[in-house]
Amino acid sequence: MKPRHKRFAFIGLGLLVLGVATVLILNAFQSNLVFFFTPTQVASGEVPQGRSFRIGGMVEDGSLVRENDGLTVRFIVTDTAKSVPVTYKGILPDLFKEGKGAVAQGKLNADGTFVASEVLAKHDENYMPPEAAEALAKAKASGAQQSKSLVVPQGRQGREGSL
Amino acid sequence: MSVNWSKYSAPQTFYPLAGRLIPWFACVAVVLMGIGLYMGFFIAPTDFQQGEAYRIIFVHVPAAWMSMFLYVVMAVWAGVGMGLNARLSFMMAQAIAPTGAMFTFLALLTGAMWGKPTWGAWWVWDARLTSELILLFQYAGVMLLRTSIDDVRRADRASAVFALVGVVNVPIIYFSVQWWNTLHQGASVSMATGSKMASTMLMAMLLMTVAFWLYSIAVILARVRCVMVERESSPVWDEKPTAVQETVEAR
Repeated sequence: MKPRHKRFAFIGLGLLVLGVATVLILNAFQSNLVFFFTPTQVASGEVPQGRSFRIGGMVEDGSLVRENDGLTVRFIVTDTAKSVPVTYKGILPDLFKEGKGAVAQGKLNADGTFVASEVLAKHDENYMPPEAAEALAKAKASGAQQSKSLVVPQGRQGREGSL
Repeated sequence: MSVNWSKYSAPQTFYPLAGRLIPWFACVAVVLMGIGLYMGFFIAPTDFQQGEAYRIIFVHVPAAWMSMFLYVVMAVWAGVGMGLNARLSFMMAQAIAPTGAMFTFLALLTGAMWGKPTWGAWWVWDARLTSELILLFQYAGVMLLRTSIDDVRRADRASAVFALVGVVNVPIIYFSVQWWNTLHQGASVSMATGSKMASTMLMAMLLMTVAFWLYSIAVILARVRCVMVERESSPVWDEKPTAVQETVEAR
């Protein structure tokens, strides 16, 4: 074994040890590395008690209700298995929509409602022109539920309801 | 048809070769970047949800890819330098760091600009964003460590070890969106599942990626020439390749 082979073996071995160590560390911190908890985790009590955390999932179709003050909104976040009701007072991001992902930060109150102080829209990895999205939605479910979204960007009213 | 590639591992032969290659890479990079940006901004269709704001991905995604790719390349050069004791490898590692840092910064900046209209926040501490920020700190660390040590050989080895250790972060960045739930969406383009984008969008993005790649090669070759001149301590204003050759032979 030439010296340079030894050096390369040493580097390789070092990287291997480092990789294994990293995997172990990341596994140990698994629960600290998630950005949000799912409604299922909320239901099973895996969420931190008494302090602020984030909850994420899909905004249930037809669950978005706006209070009379025009600022407070109520909606249900679901992961299709469990769901959590959320109230939020503030301005929702443009891409916040029923049937789309959202992440809310806040606290769980006594009656199981999540009181959010911040709501973020979670975007998915699909990028396509509106026509393609429309065709896709039509093909997917001809009897799709008409969802009324509160957020209707200008010039796109005609395409609403084809989520 | 056998080219003696190893002769280019010597700075005095690599220096003129790099000089000849730079204009080609630079020209093609500019042309492709022009076509890519034109396609991205004028030909690619508007996105069905995000409207026009999504067009930042034509810079963001290629920049993020390059930031990770360049780190791996830098670490490979650092490893080769450690294994073979090759000066040119260390010089390449040194030359790559600033460009990699630039792309990391660009990815973070364009990401923030996209995040505000899309998510509703400039910045969140999710696994993808945080690990990419750490990558920027790693690039900064590699560069700072080098400048903090006067002896070139020791600086080379120290920053090479730093670069090699930091390479564990690259898979963490890439897979963070799969391993943990993050606000950042999953990959739109991957080897396993193909593309989840319209084809014109994908085309423009790939063109930009190739353009950034060629740009990186051109800039890194230009910088490595500077590093060579600097290290061989010939006068900075002397651009003749022979100057390097003479200094090397004089030793």
